[in-house]
Amino acid sequence: MVKVTIDDVQIEVEPGTTILSAARQIGGDVVPPAMCYYSKLPGTGGKCRTCLVEVAQGSEKDPRPMPKLVASCSTPVMDGMVVKNKTSERVHDNRGGVVEFLLINHPLDCPVCDQAGECHLQDLGYEHGSAKTRYEEERRKFDPIDIGNKIKLHMNRCILCYRCVHVANQLTDKRVHGVLHRGEHAEISTYIENAIENDFSGNMIDVCPVGALTDKTFRFKSRVWFLKPMDASCSCTKCSGKAVVWMFGNEIYRVTARKDAYGEVEDQDGKAGWICNDCRFDRKDVSNWTIEGPRKINRHSVISQGQYLSPRDTQKQLTDGNK
Amino acid sequence: MTMQSLSNRKKVVSKKEMTFMERIYLPAIFGGMWITFKHLFRKNNTLKYPEETREFAPVYRGQHVLKRDEEGRENCTACGLCAVACPAEAITMVAGERERGEENLYREEKYAEVYEINMLRCIFCGLCEEACPKEAIFLTDRIVPSNFERDGFVYGKDKLVESMDDRIDITKRQHTGKRGVI
Repeated sequence: MVKVTIDDVQIEVEPGTTILSAARQIGGDVVPPAMCYYSKLPGTGGKCRTCLVEVAQGSEKDPRPMPKLVASCSTPVMDGMVVKNKTSERVHDNRGGVVEFLLINHPLDCPVCDQAGECHLQDLGYEHGSAKTRYEEERRKFDPIDIGNKIKLHMNRCILCYRCVHVANQLTDKRVHGVLHRGEHAEISTYIENAIENDFSGNMIDVCPVGALTDKTFRFKSRVWFLKPMDASCSCTKCSGKAVVWMFGNEIYRVTARKDAYGEVEDQDGKAGWICNDCRFDRKDVSNWTIEGPRKINRHSVISQGQYLSPRDTQKQLTDGNK
Repeated sequence: MTMQSLSNRKKVVSKKEMTFMERIYLPAIFGGMWITFKHLFRKNNTLKYPEETREFAPVYRGQHVLKRDEEGRENCTACGLCAVACPAEAITMVAGERERGEENLYREEKYAEVYEINMLRCIFCGLCEEACPKEAIFLTDRIVPSNFERDGFVYGKDKLVESMDDRIDITKRQHTGKRGVI
């Protein structure tokens, strides 16, 4: 076990753990945000640079600080390492710069986008971004295309985190979807608008941190904050059948996987709880599901608005902290 | 002993016996009628409403309008922020997707197919206008007319969206400077 200090909180972790997962073991404010890293998808991380942290002391043996900020999702901890995230001015400034770069080509069409309200880029922009853009050049523009008949791709909104590519990689050897071209011209696409035929392809909607990949069956149906997320389960032969149904009155508007505080799918029965396309797109009838109860939503999230809590519930949420 | 008044505005009620003049009430009645009579010669405080109208303050909050842009396209994209902001829960909407060929009708790829404000619920606080990121909804100096039916107060897009021939001027409300003209 190695000892690491993150924002003045000390924790012992397995050797080889990354700074980000050590921070997640502590939880709360010390966790750096991550746009491309997804713990359930091997190979992700190291692309978006939003998880930058300052290493004030390299290790017990070599206490010199690291000269540059490092990506916490791909830097393993060393014994006696001292990491600064929230407490570092440099990290905050640099992350603001990273957000500005991520927003260079992002269209800021949040009023239209279905991801608004649960978008990680929105959160980041709110936390770090300035109110105005300094970018004067033309943003790159693509027409929205259909990937299959259930998924809509808005390439304009994509920040090239590659998470969906890793999902596709894990699902099948014969994937037809990936990143074409390079640099400024890079875009997510399918090979000659091929439809993606896989029972679990819908999960790329869940891993997308922005609104680039969205559910066509939910397209423009409602805004997420008008819906009530409920834990629900069904007997599904393909997946765990444990999902979140987003209800309006007694109607199911959409189905997603159960996600944790970092927007990643929760483990179900020891495995990542990806859900199949049948559950996601076709089971929209309440009779298909056993509703287990309301999903816990962070009270700072816009999704929790309008879900009137009793004073006792509010008190409980306050004491539970921002889990 | 009673507590001393803090405000010093307390008046002790007198219960003394009325005199003869007070008991016949006539002087008091004529006194009251004299006051009424005097008002006949004063300037009117009221307006004869539909014929005469009062001038409103520039930021008067009356009936809403859903604006169109210079090209006549509807500004509203049904983002739902007005409905979230609304403390009276008066606003509902259903979004629709703009089809090919409707680019001259709606400004963005999503628009409000149905947009309803319940004027009975509305408290005219103006938070919807404040929340709108698209400069689509504004409160105006028009008064919501009375109606015999409750259903008549649920205003749909037919009553809310301005017509291009008869545009509603809201320039006076754009005092923040962040919004464009028209």
